[in-house]
Amino acid sequence: MLTALIILWPALAALLVLLVKGDGARKIAFGAALVELVLGVWAWINFVPNGSTQFLLNEPWIANAGIMFKVGIDGISLLMVLLTVFLIPLIILSTAKHTYEKPSSFYALILFMQTGLLGVFTALDAFVFYFFWEVALIPIYFIAGMWGGENRVRVTFKFFIYTVFGSLFMLAAFVYLYFQTPGTHSSEEVAFYQLVLDAGTQSWLFWFLFIAFAIKMPVFPFHTWQPDTYTTAPAAGTMLLSGIMLKMGIYGALRWLLPVVPLGVSQWGNVVLVLAIIGIIYGAIIAIRQQDMKRLVAFSSISHVGLIAAGLFTLNHHGLQGAMIQMLSHGVNVVGMFFIIDIIQSRTGTREIAALGGITQNTPFLSVTFLVLLLGTVALPLTNGFVGEFLLLMGVYQYNAWMGAVAGLTIILGAVYMLRMFQRVMFGEKNEITQGFTDLTFNEKAVLVPLVVMVFWIGLHPNTFLTISEPAVLKLLDVIKR
Amino acid sequence: MTSIILLSIFGILNLFVGFMKSKKALMPVVLLFLAVSLGATMFDWNQPQSYFSNMLSTDNFSVGFTAVMVLSTLFILPFSRSYVVAENSNLAEYYSLLLFSLVGGIMMVSYENLLILFVGIEIMSISMYIIAGSDKRNILSNEASMKYFLMGSFFTGIILFGIALLYGATGAFYLTDIAAAATNIDPATAPLLLMGLLLVLVGITFKIGAAPFHFWTPDVYEGTPTVFTSYMSTVVKTAGIAAFYKLMSAAFGGVYDQWFPTLVAITVLTLLIGNIGAVAQNSMKRMLAYSSISHAGYLMIALTSFNDRSENAILFYSLAYAVATIAAFGVLKYVSDERGSDEYSAFNGLGKTNPLLAFVMTVAMLSLAGIPLTGGFFGKVFLFSAALEQDMVWLIIVAVLMSAVGIYYYFRVIIAMYMRDAEGERIAVDPLATFTLISLVVLTVLMGVVPGLFNNLL
Repeated sequence: MLTALIILWPALAALLVLLVKGDGARKIAFGAALVELVLGVWAWINFVPNGSTQFLLNEPWIANAGIMFKVGIDGISLLMVLLTVFLIPLIILSTAKHTYEKPSSFYALILFMQTGLLGVFTALDAFVFYFFWEVALIPIYFIAGMWGGENRVRVTFKFFIYTVFGSLFMLAAFVYLYFQTPGTHSSEEVAFYQLVLDAGTQSWLFWFLFIAFAIKMPVFPFHTWQPDTYTTAPAAGTMLLSGIMLKMGIYGALRWLLPVVPLGVSQWGNVVLVLAIIGIIYGAIIAIRQQDMKRLVAFSSISHVGLIAAGLFTLNHHGLQGAMIQMLSHGVNVVGMFFIIDIIQSRTGTREIAALGGITQNTPFLSVTFLVLLLGTVALPLTNGFVGEFLLLMGVYQYNAWMGAVAGLTIILGAVYMLRMFQRVMFGEKNEITQGFTDLTFNEKAVLVPLVVMVFWIGLHPNTFLTISEPAVLKLLDVIKR
Repeated sequence: MTSIILLSIFGILNLFVGFMKSKKALMPVVLLFLAVSLGATMFDWNQPQSYFSNMLSTDNFSVGFTAVMVLSTLFILPFSRSYVVAENSNLAEYYSLLLFSLVGGIMMVSYENLLILFVGIEIMSISMYIIAGSDKRNILSNEASMKYFLMGSFFTGIILFGIALLYGATGAFYLTDIAAAATNIDPATAPLLLMGLLLVLVGITFKIGAAPFHFWTPDVYEGTPTVFTSYMSTVVKTAGIAAFYKLMSAAFGGVYDQWFPTLVAITVLTLLIGNIGAVAQNSMKRMLAYSSISHAGYLMIALTSFNDRSENAILFYSLAYAVATIAAFGVLKYVSDERGSDEYSAFNGLGKTNPLLAFVMTVAMLSLAGIPLTGGFFGKVFLFSAALEQDMVWLIIVAVLMSAVGIYYYFRVIIAMYMRDAEGERIAVDPLATFTLISLVVLTVLMGVVPGLFNNLL
């Protein structure tokens, strides 16, 4: 029941928010998101990390076709649920300084999207998963399309077509798999895990499923929608996309690709690793050349996600656990980065690196939080990025030493573009744009302080989170290597 | 059967209501008639019966499709209020024609004898030829009526040819007799049978607007007054596809291998032409015409795969498609009446001026595009399931690619409504139409969230 409550509460709250006019919408949405956070933490407290799926809800959905509305939380799901319920209130709070046209629709869409995201992370039936997968897409399309910047119509449309195109293939694969299950057919996760298909079938099924997840992450060369969409979407939309939504792709691959078509993965895993590593280097090199801070972080995100994807397909313990912890870290860091960029943009009216400078001089608080998040992103020891990237690189190294070496460049290149940005934006002489730059307001602190706390929490004591997912990951590895 | 009798009587009664010159009373009366017929139809559920020496029969199949058609008509009529107010419109006659055409449609889903099929098609079509021209001062409406009539009567002739050949080959009009004769046919008369089948198939393909006999669709849809276009693209299509399925399953199930290649070719062609044709349109109404072609293609996937999932998939999809299409045409009618154009640009900024209309249109488009939370999504899932049970993976690949194309044109109107600046004023919508639109949205979402209610009824 708790899972159902966690999924449904944001959608119910969204309906409520729709009825509110004006500024009240944000406050109610924030309140609802806090309630959701409490529900998430409640699940965490009652969760026993033993690899089993807990808080199970299994009700007939399309009874005569054997399709169940089956949702539940295991260690892998729980981390994603926690990430979602932690970030959404911060994202809502981060919009405080903006006034949007039709605020009630804006915040209702965010909450509605949360329902979609949480449904994806807890679904244990392929059709339920697909259902929520698309439910999460529709709100973000409207958020980016209605409140975005220049070229929003064209850019968000490309994003939408791209992702739906991928997911239709996933749907076709799910329907195919459904028919391979014995008896009256079932689309449950466990039924898919028990399928024994020949290598040829798994080979094409792999691509049908992989395309959907690869577009969502995005993995090179399926990334072309990403930089434009991140740049164009409103700050809150970008945070949703990069902080949580891209994890849908990684999570989907983890639960619905690797264990379902293991033979397909062993045929094509190499190719994916090569693509992922190309993405790491490609994203980083392009990020170095960017002038727009938002675009820079967008490309850096391609680079970081490439490493997570590579870790997934190594199919070893370090790789998968690294992916889990790095999903959390990346979510925390990237949301923080985009928020700081949003702060800078709303104070100065620009995101151009060249136009800024000298911001540190009157903003101790901003400088420190920015630096912490930035160091987390470049994986400095004691920060969250280090734990994840270290495990991931270890995983890739175990898989293939050369690949590990190339992937390791991400840390060096990451430091290059991030520190270069920090230096040009924050240090140096003040100019007329940054002259009157004021330090963080209370609201902004309220967003950034929890993020900074998380950077250190994951960095100093990653076991809090690693132990949650560990049994589930081991169990998953058993299924993959069956 | 009860509904055939009732609707025929109601059609005539309605003409008398028309004589009384009280136009305002017409719509409530017709809605009442339809509601009564719908109720009467439902009484036949699980009560199979046959009539007129087995030429007609009611079973769950016919009741299901009859219900979809009557319900669709019930949803369509509230949008015709502006015709009530208009001068010179012979509204009573139009409503009566709709009721008669519905009678033809019901005959098409409950026939057991090819003659009844033919009579049903004729009753339905002749009413539609007149209705297409009901906006008689409009040149486009005249064109629509003329085109529809000429082409339609030509294809009716082809169906009749086919029936004659089938009679020559099998000596029977009854579906069961044809089925018996077709399975062990003398090789000498086999070409006659197949020729007859092909001709009937061509004729019905025309009626449901599938390629390559779809050319009339965009022009006729464009010229016909919007409310009646909505009737054409839902009720007529539902009757056609159900009749098609019944013919194939009851009479020619035994010779599946013979007609399978033809049907696959038609299906793929329809999907391609419908979807790609729709991309090129700037007029919302013509887009919906092409979209109706493409949905005929999706429905034909279930026909082509022809197994125990097909009829349920067709019923579910027909309902989901009809509900979404009626909502889309309903909104289109108000927008084009008010802003004088049915191009996409007429919808600019509708999200600001009329949030409700825009929301209804969005749900309708999402459903037609097959996005979850709407009935259209599960409609597609069930259709694809039917095809994948036969392992027709490549057909699904075509359908999936075409669905992605579909998103492109369905979203153009959503973009216009929400992401472009408003032009024009708020559009006034009468309460009955508002209520209907909301019901359509509720039904669409209901089908998308608890599809179990509507699935596997037959």
